[in-house]
Amino acid sequence: MRNVMAVAGKELRAYFHSPIAYLVMTVYTAICGFVFYSSTAFFALQSFRMEAQGGMGMPALSINEYIIRPILGGVLTVVLLFLIPLITMRLYAEEKRSGTIELLLTSPLTDMEIILGKFLGSLFLFAVLEALTFGYFGVLYIYGNPNAKPLIANALGLLLYGAALLALGMWFSTFTKNQIIAGAVGLAVFLILYLLDWVSAFSQSTVGQVASYIALTTHFDNFSKGVIQLSDVVYYLSVIILGVFLTARSVEALKGRP
Amino acid sequence: MIEVENLTKQYGPTVAVSGVSFNVQKGEVLGFLGPNGAGKTTTMRVITGFLPPTEGKVRVAGFDVAEEPLEAKRRTGYLPELPPVYPDMTVVEYLAFVARIKGVSRRDIKMRLDETVQKCAVGDVRYRQIGKLSKGYRQRVGLAQALIHNPEVLVLDEPTAGLDPKQIIETRDLIKGLEGQHTIILSTHILPEVSKTCQRVVVINSGQIVAVGTPDELTRRLQGFETVLVTVEGPAAAIIEKFQRVAGVNWVEPRESHDSRVTLEVHSEKEKDVRAELARATVESGWKLFELKTSGLSLEEIFLKLTTKDLGEEAAAKSEKAVN
Ligand SMILES: Nc1ncnc2c1ncn2[C@@H]1O[C@H](COP(=O)(O)OP(=O)(O)OP(=O)(O)O)[C@@H](O)[C@H]1O
Ligand SMILES: [Mg+2]
Repeated sequence: MRNVMAVAGKELRAYFHSPIAYLVMTVYTAICGFVFYSSTAFFALQSFRMEAQGGMGMPALSINEYIIRPILGGVLTVVLLFLIPLITMRLYAEEKRSGTIELLLTSPLTDMEIILGKFLGSLFLFAVLEALTFGYFGVLYIYGNPNAKPLIANALGLLLYGAALLALGMWFSTFTKNQIIAGAVGLAVFLILYLLDWVSAFSQSTVGQVASYIALTTHFDNFSKGVIQLSDVVYYLSVIILGVFLTARSVEALKGRP
Repeated sequence: MIEVENLTKQYGPTVAVSGVSFNVQKGEVLGFLGPNGAGKTTTMRVITGFLPPTEGKVRVAGFDVAEEPLEAKRRTGYLPELPPVYPDMTVVEYLAFVARIKGVSRRDIKMRLDETVQKCAVGDVRYRQIGKLSKGYRQRVGLAQALIHNPEVLVLDEPTAGLDPKQIIETRDLIKGLEGQHTIILSTHILPEVSKTCQRVVVINSGQIVAVGTPDELTRRLQGFETVLVTVEGPAAAIIEKFQRVAGVNWVEPRESHDSRVTLEVHSEKEKDVRAELARATVESGWKLFELKTSGLSLEEIFLKLTTKDLGEEAAAKSEKAVN
């Protein structure tokens, strides 16, 4: 564990000593802020309208439905498809390029300790990003009364979703010395996995169902509605484990031809 | 301390190292000498556990690198060809990180750090970013990294490559200073390095060992005669003729001439010192003697002899006999 934390700390340090963390955070919070602002404004407008029309007997509009869900389920999950490769592309590629991989692999660390350290390091950065988003939602608590439970479901869902992308992105970064290529492969694969969801929309056959099951974003749906379903949690955990496992395989193979 | 047994390493169809065996005794400094592409780096990568061997066994401090990699790695310090540094870290941050992953206990980190920083003379840059250091300093940080956990075994891959002459001397002195405290194997294709820093040399070429011995042994084995270099001011032809007649001289070859000064290579019979005679001959004829020194077969020449094919094989046969 000490070894894992040493590697994780090194990764986290590297993120905050390079422009990447700040770039990702800026883009993320800017998009977040924009969507937050516009959906809040829309929500306010709708609420006023309902008031004006009397709104008799109609239930009040849900903040969760109008603000939180579109932000997380609609926009952020897609934005992350672009931002996560920026986070993961350097994990192994940069060590290979600079030769520091020789330091790591000749130190008394197991491959798994290194992999988990790198994964946790990037997950910490992602957690910071997520905390920023939920900072916006904190504002809603001051001025409104959103439900806490959906927010928790969303937080958990986003963390799992991000972690799954991180694990896969880490695997892609073992392929090459070139960060840009690692990032591009990540983006391409993520977009394909995202588009699978669309395929499923057009096809009701088993193919469509399988595609929908594999698609990374579909499993976020329930979370964004505020529902934590075991099957979704299991799906993301499996993707995380798969990513870690494939990374381990790839690192093993790397030793044959560094 | 390091036992390499019948090591073979292939990269796909390329055989980088084939059937290499040698030992490094505790406290010994072994030079691993070979031209580019000889397989030095490959061998060292197997010793340090970075690459698995295709065949053969490597034991470090009694631990099989393949079977107990963590134990072996704990006892090994490794400086790869390129110092494995993180450019955005400061020297101290970097060494602290390396200390942690090498298993130095939290309590000892500060002590180890201070000691290593001092030993490798990086104290004046300890808070600087490694990416902004000169090549020489970066190399020393690389060496510090290899030493931070005070390993029994040090594996140094071309520790002086790319340094300027002053830095080369400093690094060599540094390595000299480590002698006795660690078992060291260092690779190089710069020959004087071996005679300056190593007690024993393994010469490798095209993945195979062509000679093993002390630098002196290698010189003696390959040298059938003594050579003296003489620099004299005077008529070259006459000087050569005169020297040729000195007792014990086999033949004289001009090496270079500047203005009226000539430098001659005088080859004599083995174990025969002709220097005094040469000096007398020069002075008798009224020429001016500028320099007179013995020149053993230089390491460069030995190296060339060993690594050009036929002679190399001959030497390998000899060294095998010597081993048996
Ligand atoms: N990753 C690799 N894939 C394929 N071939 C390799 C690889 N690494 C080394 N080789 C080959 O193995 C042989 C030995 O290489 P190695 O790097 O061990 O030589 P070296 O003695 O360290 O040379 P140098 O003095 O240039 O550092 C060379 O022919 C090289 O081309
Ligand atoms: Mg090399």
